Amino acid sequence: MNHSNHVKSTAITAESIADSSVVASDAVARYALGLGDDALVLAHRLGEWITNAPELEEDVALGNIGLDLLGHARSLLTYAGTAWDRSEDDLAYFRDESEFRSRQLFELPNGDFAQTIARQLVSSTYFVELYRALSLSRDATLAAIAAKAFKEVSYHLDHSTQWLQRLGLGTEYSRERMQSGLTVVWPFVAELFSADPAADALDAVGFDGIAVGVESLRPAFDALVPRLIVAAGLTVPELPAARGGGRVGIHSEALGPMLAEMQVLARAHPGATW
Amino acid sequence: MTTAKTTTAETAVEQAEFDRLIESDSRVEPRDWMPEAYRKTLIRQISQHAHSEIIGMQPEGNWITRAPSLKRKAILMAKVQDEAGHGLYLYSAAQTLGIDRETMFEQLITGAAKYSSIFNYTTPTWADMGSIGWLVDGAAICNQVPLCRASYGPYGRAMTRICKEESFHQRQGFEILLELMRGTPAQRAMAQESVNRWYAPALMMFGPPDDDSPNSKQSMAWNIKRFSNDDLRQRFIDMLVPQAEVLGVTLPDPELKWNEARGHYDFGPLNWDEFYEVLAGRGQANAQRVAKRKKAHDDGAWVREAARAYADARMEERLAS
Repeated sequence: MNHSNHVKSTAITAESIADSSVVASDAVARYALGLGDDALVLAHRLGEWITNAPELEEDVALGNIGLDLLGHARSLLTYAGTAWDRSEDDLAYFRDESEFRSRQLFELPNGDFAQTIARQLVSSTYFVELYRALSLSRDATLAAIAAKAFKEVSYHLDHSTQWLQRLGLGTEYSRERMQSGLTVVWPFVAELFSADPAADALDAVGFDGIAVGVESLRPAFDALVPRLIVAAGLTVPELPAARGGGRVGIHSEALGPMLAEMQVLARAHPGATW
Repeated sequence: MTTAKTTTAETAVEQAEFDRLIESDSRVEPRDWMPEAYRKTLIRQISQHAHSEIIGMQPEGNWITRAPSLKRKAILMAKVQDEAGHGLYLYSAAQTLGIDRETMFEQLITGAAKYSSIFNYTTPTWADMGSIGWLVDGAAICNQVPLCRASYGPYGRAMTRICKEESFHQRQGFEILLELMRGTPAQRAMAQESVNRWYAPALMMFGPPDDDSPNSKQSMAWNIKRFSNDDLRQRFIDMLVPQAEVLGVTLPDPELKWNEARGHYDFGPLNWDEFYEVLAGRGQANAQRVAKRKKAHDDGAWVREAARAYADARMEERLAS
């Protein structure tokens, strides 16, 4: 592990990481890969909203949030790839479904706008806590990526909180849709805060202080999200947790078709650059 | 334009003031008096332009989920999102003339308002993202740069902002094609095939030849339009040829050649029957484009209604407290 060559935290991008001499260790790369996949899958889903949003302002807003997440994904995958001499695109386009390490929440289909907002509420809260903690990582590159991402996901949380309020307290119909959206995403909350084998592996080899133990973030989530839901006139769902398994390559049926579409052109021209 | 109003002495004074503004190439602002025909022309043009931005999101939005690299995916998402932003500024500019967004939306859906016919062409290949940027946005820039000086203030200012982003859009389109032309034989073929499809439709974006363009003369007299359709088309072709050489693509016009005497490229005739066919609704995707816009709007009705209800309730609370 080489911490001396770290990239400047003010303007960290996929390109600046690729151009630097930073090389992640295999263990750090595996951890970054999971985080990168989370951001990539959710970014792709938000990209699906563009041209379909309920108002033009939301085409812009959801597109912006998706772009921020795509930026995080590119940095994290580029960094992961330094360990294996693979580019962000090698990792995004030339791995199969079972090799993706994203948590299942992110691949959930968009559903209607309320379901997307429910997924955004949970995701953004999780990302805020994750990146806040990860910005203190002993790994300078992860810390820099997280510090930049933290500012952005804070805005994302604001966006979803405002829509939660509007839909929860808007009309009877919007309240029903918002409640139904929460019901769809809620079983996938538990997986977000369940152990990450890649993070545990880092600790096991004495790299503690690099990854974030997501189990420790749950209290902050529980202190915020149920309160927001209740304040929006809605009920916190009481549902059993889904089985999860995204971090070991087990996914819902939604991911395969999503990747098939995402990867189709790149795979039709292996070795090409774009 | 003669209406009943223009006979009153008061209106004659206002008309004279308006004419003075136009003559001195000054800006007309929303609170200024303006002839009804000027207002109508601007509403028609600005709303059509806004609709073009919004419908124009679709042919490119078609590739966001399949973009072949993460960098291209990010650029494409940003670009399509910019177009939504352009639509929003332009709708706002049109609103200053006394029309609301809902009415403009109805006009789009019912076909009462047009949008640029170019967006009724489909995007079957990735190279079309390059062609749209290079050719379609390139033509749009030629059209739009002079509009930054349009006599109506809010329109000119919106265009200044839009043109800055459009030149970035054109550059990214050029880069997509350049990357393809430097790539594999399959990529080069994809680029050339796409340029073959988009070239003539892009030239027709400037509108019919001057002799067949009924609205142009008045728009030029009002300092809304600064150059004629044919002048702009020529300017665009002159700009395009050297860029095509850099790319290594062939422009599909056997009559294209430099004319030393004119100092311009000569070019072959365009198929205006196709232009009028597409304009009349028989393009590749006219129905699809409008139907998709309508579906997004209809599907989102309950969301907008909820946001309104929420805002109204907050307002009432504030008034009560």
